[in-house]
Amino acid sequence: MKPAAFDYIRARSLDEATALLRAEGGDARILAGGQSLMAMINMRLVRPTLLIDVMQVPDAATPRLEGGALVVPLGTRQAAVLARPTLAAEVPLLAQALPWVGHVQTRARGTVCGSVAHADPSAEIPLVLAALGGAVHIRGRKRRIVPVAEFLTGMMQTALTDGELIEAVSFPCHTGGQAFAEYGRRHGDFALVAVAAVVSGPAVRLAVGGVNDTPALRDWPALDEAQIDDALNDLAWSLEARTDLHATARLRRDLVRRLGRHVIERARACA
Amino acid sequence: MPEGETDVAPFDKASASLRVEDPALLSGRARFIDDLPEPAGTLHAAILRSPHAHADLLSIDTRRAVALPGVFAVYDGQALAQVTDPLLVGVKVAVEARVLATDRVRYVGEPVAVVLAQSRYLAEDALDLIEVRYRPRPPVTGAMAALEATAPVLHDGLGHNLASDRRFAYGDPVAVMARAPHRVSVQIDYPRNSCTPMETYGVLASHDPDEGFDILANFQGPFSIHAVLARALKVAGNRLRLRTPPHSGGSFGVKQGVFPSMVLMAGCARLAGRPVKWIEDRLEHLTASVSATARSTTLTAGVDADGRILALDWDQVEDVGAYVRAPEPATLYRMHGNMCGAYDIAHLAIRNRVVMTNKTPTGLNRGFGGPQVYFALERLTARIAQELGLDPVAVIRRNLVSAFPYRTASGAVYDSGDYHRALDLALADGRYDALRAQQAQARAEGRLFGIGHAAVVEPSVSNMGYLSTVLTPQERAKAGPKNGAQSAATISVDPTGAVTVQIDSVPQGQGHQSVAAALVADLLGLDPAQVRVVAEFDTAKDAWSIAAGNYSSRFAAASLGAVQLATQRLRDRLAAIAAPMLGGDPAALRFADGAISAPGHKPIPFARVASASHWAPGTLPAGGAAIRETAIWTPDPLAAPDEQDGINSSLCHGFIFDFCGVEIDPLTHAVKVHRYVSMHDCGRILHAGMVEGQVRGGFAHAIGAALYEELAYAPDGAFLAGTFADYPVPTAHEIPPLEILHLETPSPVTPTGAKGVGEGNCMSTPVCIANAVADALAPVTGWVELTLPLTPARIADLIGPEPAAPRTSAVPRALPQGGGGGLTGQGRARVQASPQQVWDILMDPDQLAAIIPGAQGVTRPAPDRFTAEVILGVGPVKGRYTVEVALSDLSPPQSAVLSGRALGALGSGERVGHVTLTPLPGGGTEIAYTYDARIGGKVAAVGGRLLDGAARMIIGQFFAALGRRAGGQRAGWLARLGAWLREATE
Repeated sequence: MKPAAFDYIRARSLDEATALLRAEGGDARILAGGQSLMAMINMRLVRPTLLIDVMQVPDAATPRLEGGALVVPLGTRQAAVLARPTLAAEVPLLAQALPWVGHVQTRARGTVCGSVAHADPSAEIPLVLAALGGAVHIRGRKRRIVPVAEFLTGMMQTALTDGELIEAVSFPCHTGGQAFAEYGRRHGDFALVAVAAVVSGPAVRLAVGGVNDTPALRDWPALDEAQIDDALNDLAWSLEARTDLHATARLRRDLVRRLGRHVIERARACA
Repeated sequence: MPEGETDVAPFDKASASLRVEDPALLSGRARFIDDLPEPAGTLHAAILRSPHAHADLLSIDTRRAVALPGVFAVYDGQALAQVTDPLLVGVKVAVEARVLATDRVRYVGEPVAVVLAQSRYLAEDALDLIEVRYRPRPPVTGAMAALEATAPVLHDGLGHNLASDRRFAYGDPVAVMARAPHRVSVQIDYPRNSCTPMETYGVLASHDPDEGFDILANFQGPFSIHAVLARALKVAGNRLRLRTPPHSGGSFGVKQGVFPSMVLMAGCARLAGRPVKWIEDRLEHLTASVSATARSTTLTAGVDADGRILALDWDQVEDVGAYVRAPEPATLYRMHGNMCGAYDIAHLAIRNRVVMTNKTPTGLNRGFGGPQVYFALERLTARIAQELGLDPVAVIRRNLVSAFPYRTASGAVYDSGDYHRALDLALADGRYDALRAQQAQARAEGRLFGIGHAAVVEPSVSNMGYLSTVLTPQERAKAGPKNGAQSAATISVDPTGAVTVQIDSVPQGQGHQSVAAALVADLLGLDPAQVRVVAEFDTAKDAWSIAAGNYSSRFAAASLGAVQLATQRLRDRLAAIAAPMLGGDPAALRFADGAISAPGHKPIPFARVASASHWAPGTLPAGGAAIRETAIWTPDPLAAPDEQDGINSSLCHGFIFDFCGVEIDPLTHAVKVHRYVSMHDCGRILHAGMVEGQVRGGFAHAIGAALYEELAYAPDGAFLAGTFADYPVPTAHEIPPLEILHLETPSPVTPTGAKGVGEGNCMSTPVCIANAVADALAPVTGWVELTLPLTPARIADLIGPEPAAPRTSAVPRALPQGGGGGLTGQGRARVQASPQQVWDILMDPDQLAAIIPGAQGVTRPAPDRFTAEVILGVGPVKGRYTVEVALSDLSPPQSAVLSGRALGALGSGERVGHVTLTPLPGGGTEIAYTYDARIGGKVAAVGGRLLDGAARMIIGQFFAALGRRAGGQRAGWLARLGAWLREATE
């Protein structure tokens, strides 16, 4: 479990990082915490020729409020966001979900943007971003801002093209009720199913992670007690729940139904 | 009083409360095998392993690997066969276990070649360059399936997969069973799991043509394996020096399994003429070290109306993996004397079968045979209670052994105990009534709350002869008797009068040095800190016999006996030397406070007497110097199996009674353990803190076995649990609170009165939790057979059907159903082209190759098949594979079968795809496909969570590309765009 040889460059600016990406082509990878990437490199599942470390890029380690959203730049550790005293008021869903991201040790190294770029189907941060309708700020030769639903194109696949990196992601600061829950077999495991509910007035949005290749969204203009179980059952069956080593498709559907109801009720309670 | 049965003065337990081991372990000073210096010129090894569960090994091409700068050599099975012989096994069957495969591989992870290079990094680079051609064979992975007449045969010389089949009868089980008013049975499939030490295997081996082999390895014993090693390496025992490092990162039995790798690395060192170092990585460890056995058991009891068990009938089928390899089939026989557990049952039938399957060979693991036996036995007592309408505690109580020593039907002697009292104390001090009240309230609220129980006998200090029970009495007579459990210890005093003790127990972190130092200090009147206990072990210099090592909880009961005996001998000699100075009566001397004294005389410092043997041997009285004493101790009760197959398989027998309360989480179906009470009688407790540590550690392992862990294989033998994400060992967060209770009935057969305590909860806890889960589910399910681990997915299926799919919803028609390496799915794509045009592409390997990204080096060995080098992957996870595609069942232009096979450094895949082409009413074609894919090797072992989606995506991409190419041929880019938009991969 030793990696194949690769080069390592610590970028001093985003321009340098994107220039390096362009020069190296598709075999360069951005290192932004490395809590998933380094394990994959050690197992030789990923064999980059160049790792570009962006953690020393100036002004990238601190989130900022901008245009009604919390903008988290690429060098920001998950632990730094979680430690933000105002987070629960600004993006309550993120405040609820971050403690579920890995372990305290991995959050101390892992970054918010790195998790979005990795696009794991079970990851909490892309799920929260999708539930809130957030955006991904992409930097290559040019800058572009892409809604997260368009950014996540498949399992571990994104809209990033060669030469591009994530400069920041932005979480809209919503009012209304928000609740997050997930079930993994152990503390810190990838979720078998993760759910995030966002309630605005009578409207309900539920985002489901860990089932489809990307977060699945369902919006209901209203959802009363008589409808909710059927609505969640309908949602559960409409997803591509699979059976694998860790869970059956049936358990995943059960978790969508049960955890879904649980978070919708919790989101309503704090709306 | 004969040696070894002397009563020891109880030494001060408090004096051993701080462990001498801890400062080094806690401050990073411990020296594990990978910390130790390497000899100059050491080469680093990496092992190429089979991605196939069963395949012929056609050829190995190492040229590119050898040519890589920094690579010294690459050895295959033929090369190793020049310097090694197959490993000896305990049953005489035509099974040849070599340390590198020669002509066939029989499990995923079986070593195929070894690279020696200047660094591990370079060695792993070279692994990627070795080209191996395999011809896959059908595998067999289940124990019962392996017994079928049509099953694939692993070892042609044997002709079937059954390595051993023995039947035993003690008392008159057939008649008593027939007469019994009730017969109650359980059928159990016990899964494969392991105890996964933090430190993986490590070997540093060298060979000198004159001196022989020197192997430093984190091997843990038993040192009977030394004989197996010497035979395999083709040297006399005195040309094989085996050493262990000063510290170990845990074993739990598993480190016994490093021995084939010791032969492998020593053989490589001999071929290379250079020292060779190998440190196993985690993927290798989970895939191919050793594990506990999987076992299929049918257990039947003949029972009278009040729950008294009159007879037991065991039918056990043991799955030892691809080879019967030492110590197997010991897992099956270690419990042979105590197959009735804590119960007084006179009539016992046992049938034991040992089968081989295409999985990693098994070996020592904490609990060793106990979890498999007690899971069946204690599920059975729960079922007896349930079927007869009795209280489960009453059924246990009615059957408990009540007088000691007790000889079991199959020949064990339970040395001491008071099972009834332990049970009563547990219920009282464990507040059983309160738990029952809690359950009643929970059930009244509609919650699924259950209570489980388990009573087990924990054997310790294995009789080295128990494995010979697998032989018939005639075979045993021919082979000669095997028995005993010898321990050796050496105590010495140096010229300053300081005391050093060498032990043979190869500690793995338990604290042997602390306890041994306290015992020696107590006998010699010293401070424990003055006594140095050396645990590094060296077969060239230390006293040892075959039973040496760290297993079967033998330290407190047996190893310490040898320490005590050696110390007493030294003390007797010291007393003889001191007596003339102190008034002449050696028996009247007192060893205390660092001095030797007698009434009416000034005490003489211990060091002065102790050093006299070095400085003034001419002044010593008859009897000679007191410099060094070696004691070898074996317990008398451990005889060889008798004519009737009776065997006292272990020296000591502790007792455990557990009960617990669990609840099924209504949101997630997860099992939550509310309370767990464990009552132990492990004889005299020598060190309360270490006993607690052993109980808690065993309990944590058992929680893993009960609720989390399985070394899972796909039906095709692909290994699926190659990371700690896929083999979920519970962490501190997942371990429920544990209440420990004790009763002490000292063992009369061990010098200290202690019994082993290291493994009991691995035996009692999985079944106690299972019984509680069954009790929780009982109101909705009635009796259920449970299979470990008790995952939420399994419990969900037991609880009842899920809400039906709504008729109106857009339910995906194709749900890939994996569950591991076997993946099925389907999809469809619509294209503008006609069926004939699509067909023409499918029939043209050049065009097919062109639509696969990164394909190069296309060859076409036959009209209906082609091969290519392709890059496959998802996102950043990419690998290069050699792909072979064959076309068959052609029905132009409507349907075809595409069979594909891919092999690369990341693993292997096989796929069968059925393609049908249907013309669409408005022109164009619908391409529909179903696939059945099997993924093996590293990607299957580490990518379980993402495998289904990845396979679906790659296969979907292929057909989408096919559609693009077909659509693009006729109508240019506009139609191609249209085709993309219509692609609907389900």
